[in-house]
This record gives sequence, structure tokens and C-alpha cells, in this order.
Amino acid sequence: MNKYLVPLLVLLVVVAGCTSSKTKSDKAAGTTDAQPGAVSSGVASQPSTGMDALTDPSNPLYNLLQERVIYFEYNESEIQEQYRAVIEAHATYLSQNPQTTVTLEGHADERGSREYNLALGERRAMAVEQQLTVLGVAASQIRTVSYGEERPISAGHDESSWGLNRRVEIIY
Amino acid sequence: MKRLLLLLLLMSHIAIAEDALNIIIDEGVEGALPIAVIPFGWNQDTLEPVDMALTITNDLARSGRFVPMKERDLPQRPNQFDQINFKDWRLLGMENLVIGNLVQTGVGTYEVEFRLVNTFNGRQLAGFRIPAPITQLRRTAHRISDIIFEKLTGVRGAFDTRIAYITVKEMGQNKKQYNLLIADADGFNPQVLLSSQEPLLSPAWSPDGKRIAYVSFESRNSAIWVQDILTGARTRVAGNKGINSAPAWSPDGTRLAMTLSKDGNPDIYIMHLATHTTQQLTFNRAIDTEPVWAVDGSKIAFTSDRGGSAQIYESSAIGGEARRLTFEGNYNARPRYSPDGKAMTMVSSRNDGRYRIAYLELSSGYSSILTNTNLDESPSFAPNGSMIIYATATRTGSELAAVSADGTVHQRLAMQGGEVREPAWGPFLSP
Repeated sequence: MNKYLVPLLVLLVVVAGCTSSKTKSDKAAGTTDAQPGAVSSGVASQPSTGMDALTDPSNPLYNLLQERVIYFEYNESEIQEQYRAVIEAHATYLSQNPQTTVTLEGHADERGSREYNLALGERRAMAVEQQLTVLGVAASQIRTVSYGEERPISAGHDESSWGLNRRVEIIY
Repeated sequence: MKRLLLLLLLMSHIAIAEDALNIIIDEGVEGALPIAVIPFGWNQDTLEPVDMALTITNDLARSGRFVPMKERDLPQRPNQFDQINFKDWRLLGMENLVIGNLVQTGVGTYEVEFRLVNTFNGRQLAGFRIPAPITQLRRTAHRISDIIFEKLTGVRGAFDTRIAYITVKEMGQNKKQYNLLIADADGFNPQVLLSSQEPLLSPAWSPDGKRIAYVSFESRNSAIWVQDILTGARTRVAGNKGINSAPAWSPDGTRLAMTLSKDGNPDIYIMHLATHTTQQLTFNRAIDTEPVWAVDGSKIAFTSDRGGSAQIYESSAIGGEARRLTFEGNYNARPRYSPDGKAMTMVSSRNDGRYRIAYLELSSGYSSILTNTNLDESPSFAPNGSMIIYATATRTGSELAAVSADGTVHQRLAMQGGEVREPAWGPFLSP
């Protein structure tokens, strides 16, 4: 864990330092906008260094942070090894941006009963939440919600659809 | 085996409203009773407001227990008892005959008269004459069906009842519209109780049939609401952090069992509706959800994966040790007790990747699969216990279907344009 975290944290600090001038220029542009109120409120609601690793393709964390969906096996809430780096990247980002909040949206495939799937979706969201908090993210930064099988990505009645629907979405 | 492929697409003078259901009978029961329902007499030149005989015919056919005679095969069309030519009916072996009259008595007021006659002995088995406003004519026809059903099968009819269900429509731009509806048990008179762009699920009738509890995601999380059917007034009864779902009424209507995960894990709670205070019933680290009250209110059954897979458990309604009820299959969920309390229906998977409706006899623990569909959900008993309505997958979405509690009668309730799911059969409307 430390092996990943330490270099990422260093990178983030560097990135955060580089980005303040960009934010300033955004603000400056906002003041000349025809609707300055709308623009300035949008900027003010975000931490000044917050969105860059999420939005700046030159940021080393950018690619991992673009991965916003964790997929699960049938009836499982265990996070597979392949998502470790993605979750660590989000944990690093959130730890470094304590004002940023994230919603973890849990989902299930259509098989079985709707209410059980609602509970299963929550269990998946909480599995991701638990990993994030273990990696140092404050619980107050995380909101979990389960939609069960109510919001499928794919409508088909087969494994190729079901596999896409068993997921947790990381939503900033 | 004799199959009854009666493709009865219900036609009526009443236009089929949006979200209305058409009932298609796939398979009836062997040895169904022949019956002839004569078109009712009508005292006006105008078109009758409701085709009483057709409504009754469709009810009886839909039950799978009757084979109504085709209208074109009727040897005579009597409307009065003394017009019946008993010999003709006996020759056809048609033992049961229904005759009646619809009489307009004023503006929007009517009188309905019917008789159920045994042609073999020439006796009237049942009958009534009652006034009915235009809005009650279809209900009156369903009551007649109920009386006929009870007289000839010994089981109380459940035609004069209603169902609740959820429809989902694609609205384009990735938007959906969810509707909560109630309709007559034959799919007529659909009324939208609530529309939302966020998911609606788990409708549950209050025991008096006047209120419906359900789960709505309108606040971007699950919350439990209770809505008065007549006035539309609604109250949010549970909107905690985490899951608020699976409402189930106590038989006396004073409490709701529900699933809450406000303390970090889904458990069963009981809410007193007068005070909105809750008490926790299960304290397990596993998923506990989908509670339902036993008919006498003494026990609560629910789904839990505490043993590793989803299975049905039962505990006292005041808490304590839970007992596992299901042992067949790798998945059993969403239990509902039969109205006589002797059996249970649920969604079951038997290690074959299919999810079908099962029937569990509680005294013996004997369990059987009732359906041959797949991805079945939300089974719900008719209040007389004869049929189980459920939702099942189609190529394009889902539709409602029904199966008799003995698995012999199968129906589909198709809806035009959209997905229909989560049926809940309401209580008897009359005591």
C-alpha cells in the first residue's frame, strides 16, 4: 500500500502547487462573463486545487482517476485485485482534497428479488467505502447509495449485460 | 393433456387506457367447468354502458376453472327464468347457466339482476337484483363472478379486487418515467397514483385496501412512503441514511415492517405508524430484508444471506431466534404467506441459473416450482389464495403473469408500450 501511496501523494502535492495560477485565470475569466454570478459560484464551490487531477490529462493520476466503475462477480461484494490501483488513486485524491466528497453508487444485476438486490448494491458500495476509509479517506467525504437493479447500464437478460450492471460507480 | 389456449383479448365498450393490461390465458386446468353466460337483457336502444355477460365470461375464463360457452354456440338467449328451455341445455350437457338483465332506471342509475341456474335440476343456485350507479357496473359484474365462482367451486372468488403495480417507460435522453398504478384485478380502470423520474418499487397494500406503502427514490435515496389511495395524500415514513425499503403491513394495519440500514447493515425494523417510532427486529451482520407478516401477526418471515446464500427465515414478530424455512435451491427470496397461512410463495433458484416462483407448504416443508418462465419476481397471492401474480422477463422488458397456487393455470397480463413489474394483489374490497 505504501509503495503506491507515497509517490502518488508526492505527485499530488506537486500538482496542487502548479494549479493555483490556472484557477486564478478561471476566476478572472469569470468576472468578465455576462453572467458572473453563475460562474463564480461554480468555482467557489470547488476547492481551488481539487478538480485538476480529475480533469487534467497531464496529471499522472488522471488515467486511474478516470476509472470510475468497479465491477463485481455475481452475488459478491468482494473487490477484485484488478481494481486495487484505481481505488488507491481515488483514496489518494480524496485524502489530499478533504473538501471533496464522493458518492459511491451500488448496483446489482436483475437476477433475484429487487429488495435483496438493493441490499446487495449497498453492500458493494460499502465495500468500496471501507477500502477508501482504510486508505485514509474521511468517512464524512463519502456518501453511499444503492439503486439495486433499478438502474442497469445494459438491458439484456444475459451475462454480458449482467456483468456491466454489477457495479459501484464512483461519482464526484 | 388438454390445453385451453383461450386467447381472450379483452374487448370492451370502455376504451383501454394507457397502462391497461390485457389478460391472455396460456393454460387452463383440466376438467374446467362448462358454463354458459347469456348476454344480459338491456332496456334501451343505445349501447349498454358495460357488457355484463362478457365481463363475467372473461372473469370465469381467466380463473382457468371454467370453460365459458362461445356466444355463437348458445342455443337460446333467455333473460328470464321462465324463458329457459331446460331440455336444450341438458342435451348440450351444459349444466350451469347465467342469465340477467341490465335496466337503466334514471340518469346514470341502473339495476342489475342475475341468476345462476342449474339446468339439470331446474333450480336457481344464486341470484340478486341490486341498484348500481354507472361507475359500479363493472364491479357489480365482478361480484356476480365472485358469487358464481364460490357457488360452483366452494372457494370465495377474488374478481372484485384490485392489483397495484409499477410501470416503466423510456422517455428518451436516458430518462425514464416510473408510475405506480392500481387497477381492477382484470386490468381495467388503471389509475396512476404516482409518477416519478426516479425508481419506484415495492408497493404494499394496507390490510383495509385504503393505503399503499412503497419505496421511492425521488430524494436520490430510497425512502418509504405511505399514500392514501382516495385522496392521494402521502407521507414519508422512513428516509434515513442508507436503505429504507421493503415495507410490509401488520395484519392490523398499525405497523410497518421494513428494511433499514441506518446503523450500517440492512436489518428488519418495525415501525409504529401512529408515532413513527421503530424497534429493531433482527441484529445480524448479513443482509436481512423483505419482511412479511404471518396472517395472524405473530411471526415475520424475511430473506437473509446469514447462511451464505439468500434463504427464507422466520422469527417471532417480537424478535428472537430466527428459523430457516427453505432448504431447496441456492437462492430463495421475497416470501409471501398464503391467505390461509399454510403456505408461502417466493422467488427461487435451484442451481440452474433460473429464477422462478416457488410454493412452499409450511407444515411439511415440501416445496415446488410453479412457473416455467425465467427471471420471475415479486409473487403475490390473490386474497382467496387461488392465484399468484408475479412479474417475469420478456425480450424487451418485463410483464405480469399469474399462476394458480397448484401450478395448473397460467396467464400473462400484457401491457402495451413499456415495462410492468412488481404486482401486489390487494385485499378483498367487501368484507
